[in-house]
Amino acid sequence: MDRRQKTAMTRRDMLSGAFRAACGAGLVAALLAVPARRRAEAVALRPPGAINDADFLSACVRCGLCVRDCPYDTLSLAEAGNGQPVGTPFFNARKIPCEMCEDIPCVVACPTGALDKSLTDIKAAKMGIAVLVGQETCLNFLGLRCDVCYRVCPLIDQAITLERHHNERTGKHAVFIPTVHTDKCTGCGKCEKACVLEEAAIKVLPHAQAVGMLGAHYRLGWEEKEKAGKSLIDGIIDLPDRMPETPAMPAPERLPGGGFKEFKP
Amino acid sequence: MSAAREPRRPGLDRRRRDGWLAAHKWLVLRRLAQAGFLAVFLTGPLWGFWITKGTLASSMTLGVLPLTDPMMALQALLAGHVLETSGLIGAVIVLAAYALVGGRTFCGWACPVNVVTDFAAWVRTRFGLKDAYPMDRRLRLLILAGVLVGSALTGTIVWEAVNPVTMLHRALVTGTLFTGGAALSITVAVLLFDLGVASRGWCGHLCPVGAFYALVGAKGLVRVSAVNRDACDNCMDCFTVCPERQVITPALRGAKTGASPIIVSRDCSNCGRCIDVCAKDVFIFTTRFRDGTGASVHGPAKKVLQGEKML
Repeated sequence: MDRRQKTAMTRRDMLSGAFRAACGAGLVAALLAVPARRRAEAVALRPPGAINDADFLSACVRCGLCVRDCPYDTLSLAEAGNGQPVGTPFFNARKIPCEMCEDIPCVVACPTGALDKSLTDIKAAKMGIAVLVGQETCLNFLGLRCDVCYRVCPLIDQAITLERHHNERTGKHAVFIPTVHTDKCTGCGKCEKACVLEEAAIKVLPHAQAVGMLGAHYRLGWEEKEKAGKSLIDGIIDLPDRMPETPAMPAPERLPGGGFKEFKP
Repeated sequence: MSAAREPRRPGLDRRRRDGWLAAHKWLVLRRLAQAGFLAVFLTGPLWGFWITKGTLASSMTLGVLPLTDPMMALQALLAGHVLETSGLIGAVIVLAAYALVGGRTFCGWACPVNVVTDFAAWVRTRFGLKDAYPMDRRLRLLILAGVLVGSALTGTIVWEAVNPVTMLHRALVTGTLFTGGAALSITVAVLLFDLGVASRGWCGHLCPVGAFYALVGAKGLVRVSAVNRDACDNCMDCFTVCPERQVITPALRGAKTGASPIIVSRDCSNCGRCIDVCAKDVFIFTTRFRDGTGASVHGPAKKVLQGEKML
């Protein structure tokens, strides 16, 4: 009887041990699966009025009220791998851009202040800045008159203008370069959404990534001059001209098939 | 009542006597409450009739009633951010409600993770799995302290990075539980943890949300009382089903020392399962100020006596 009991206990222990091990392994696997989700395929932009990134996670409780009150289903709450911390609101401009509602319902709904209530004019929103990243694929850069990003911009002729430049390729035409003005662009992403290319040539990026930043010690001479009312330097500094000591080499002779005569690598 | 005890089927005696529904009354009510807390969030997205928007983290009911998770508001505060007025009002309302009702009522009646961990506990009981790695139940207080200090140090609401409560609720409300998010992973992890690693591991030992509500509701009104403790026949069914079994002993076994039959531990989640399973009608829901004996033998206490007569 003792023997039998002992055997039964051992078998039971073994089974429950295996069960525990399976649960433990599954637990670890489940936790490891979290960061292994698909990676972000697009820049995850914050809703209008979002306070700066460093403070956002001290304020946002990830309740999703902004998402619920977005009439265009632009906003959603991030899943692991969407490029923002899980549960925080974001939108992908290429999927659904911000329609820039005048009453900004997402900001009104926010119970935390992660979306700043002092934003009352949607045109002052800074969700990001559009950047024409595809300068080799943009149809306007190629000399066509696509102009779609310019046309769909809610702040046409302010946030995006078309700047006429000489078409260096043909030598006799003009190109109209869509040019974003960072002081006006709200980052709504209508341009990115509307771009006709397979992959948008114009993309909304977070402000810091899009604009860059001067070193704090940089001074722009022309601005300082305006502020001071005069040049900060007395007179024109006449630097000595440095001439090459030996006459410049004559330009190498071009060969008809390309390359240069007497060229030695 | 001479049937052999079945430790893996607590409440069987009560069920045989009063039927399944009576032996699961509070459990059914709790599940209805938990379903209700989900349903008010789901009528909008499903049928366009909005009752409550948001999630358990923060919500707006019928456009007038803001509710905010007070632990979240506290973390935000420590992280250096004061919520908007509506968010703060919501946090105060929730705080006041749970302080008044008392106990970890949130855990037992609102939290969606409770369904998961209750299921794990049911499986453990049914298959007679022994406690694998016993932990100290005060661990959750330590984690709560860590969360609050962590929020202050990092300037973020740190618990939200991993919080299974809001993650599961958010996933259920937005219908994203099975779309490959973190919520499913975390929920499965909690389930497996409770199944294979520690009995009542998550809610009973680690979850700082529960620890927070325990502190909030420590002096609350609604309590369970072992009013009829003299009738206890030590069948142990209440201990088997109780998610915080340590809270029962002082009240149930306190007759010798003259201790009150009221379960005063802040860890009690007011789930009422002990009332459900007890075939001797030992337990009742009452308030902190009436232990159910003596002068106040109205209502529940009377029913207890009737139950005794039936035997």
